[in-house]
Amino acid sequence: MSVELSRLRLRLARFTLEVDAILTGRVTAVFGASGAGKTSLLEVIAGLRRPVAGAVRVDGVELTNAASRIFAPPERRGIGYVPQDGALFPHLTVRQNLVYGSGTRRPRSPGLTFEHVTEVLEIAALVDRAIATLSGGEKQRVALGRALLAAPRLLLLDEPLAGLDEPLRDRLLPYFIRVRDEFKIPMIYVTHSPDEVMALCDDVLLLAGGRVESRGVPAGLFVPVTDTRYRLAPSVIVPGRETID
Amino acid sequence: MTAEAWQITWFTLGVATLSTLLILPFGIALAWLFARRDWPGKSIVETVVALPLVLPPVATGLILLMLFGRRGVLGGFLEKFFGVEIVFTWRAVVIATAVMSFPLLVSTARVAFEGVDARLERIARTLGAGPWRVFATITLPLASRGLAAGAALAFARALGEFGATIMVAGFIPGKTVTLALSIHHLAQLGHDHEALVLLTVSVVIAFASVWLSGWFLRRKHA
Repeated sequence: MSVELSRLRLRLARFTLEVDAILTGRVTAVFGASGAGKTSLLEVIAGLRRPVAGAVRVDGVELTNAASRIFAPPERRGIGYVPQDGALFPHLTVRQNLVYGSGTRRPRSPGLTFEHVTEVLEIAALVDRAIATLSGGEKQRVALGRALLAAPRLLLLDEPLAGLDEPLRDRLLPYFIRVRDEFKIPMIYVTHSPDEVMALCDDVLLLAGGRVESRGVPAGLFVPVTDTRYRLAPSVIVPGRETID
Repeated sequence: MTAEAWQITWFTLGVATLSTLLILPFGIALAWLFARRDWPGKSIVETVVALPLVLPPVATGLILLMLFGRRGVLGGFLEKFFGVEIVFTWRAVVIATAVMSFPLLVSTARVAFEGVDARLERIARTLGAGPWRVFATITLPLASRGLAAGAALAFARALGEFGATIMVAGFIPGKTVTLALSIHHLAQLGHDHEALVLLTVSVVIAFASVWLSGWFLRRKHA
């Protein structure tokens, strides 16, 4: 599995996002303060935004290429996207949300069944509920399940735990680890939490002001504060560091 | 109520229903284009669509008369190729009410579409749904209350149309006479009692459709 972001350029309000990287990890973290361009990068990969220059290739398949005007629409990319609040469809039930994308004819690994996914995420009991009755943590698990059941070749997670309080984050994180180990779908995980990077990811892009300022394995970029809490290592040089710590 | 009053009531309801059904697909499509797309000339089209709201209705009626008359661009075409006469028939009443209520439908439907979180549509795309499926399964259901309110409002406006109708359809008893036309006519003749009956009917229907429009907007999703 490889995600090739080749000389991507995207103009944003305050700066130009510029990324040139090949991602091969199981879970790659895109780490940075808010406003660093993390979400925009995901949107380019998902086909929700067009870059002014550069290309996106997944496993050698060119999905976006500004120079040769190639742009695969999002529905044909097979790239799942889970935003911060889950963005569940409020007029549908949990079950209808979960199966929304499952009609795709994409190749589906045997474990990606409705029964198995709802079991792994422990949402089987929720399937007949209305979206408005779910808690924040339940919403996130349903959103994750909905993306999985579309059988994506790549899953983009945009700060899926950022809006939640700390105890709930600690309870939800294991679900993401389980999904990583169970379904073997590569993920790009946007976050500003060193703890989540350490628990889940095997590669980190440190994004600041629209540029990749640092890259490496999590243990090389973060140092422990307590057993489960981490912070950016003092040796890592990054502009606007105070906004990350 | 007399047989004539009933006939006028049913005719008016029929015309308003038909004109609302006629503008619904165009109004929804245009409202979506206004709410979700930017295109050259958009502000010009927005202004033209809003014109019937501010022009004197008789002026709109005169424009329609010139367009749909026998020597008009559309009227000539329709008569030559389809043998259909418009002016001074029930069809003219439908067209006049449709044009006059179109802006109300479009502006209400536009607000409805703008109220749908565009992120939900984008997420649906990443789940494999093409633009049409997204429209049918996400946008339309989430905008449905606003669209229904817009349709009810357009219907209410169609019920009361007078100025454009009298210009393009005239006053032909049994053929083009609506509640509004008839109330004006009866009041002119001093037939206050008959006018009052039709006035009451108008108020009841108008109240019901405006109330219904508000009810659609007040309703919450389950």
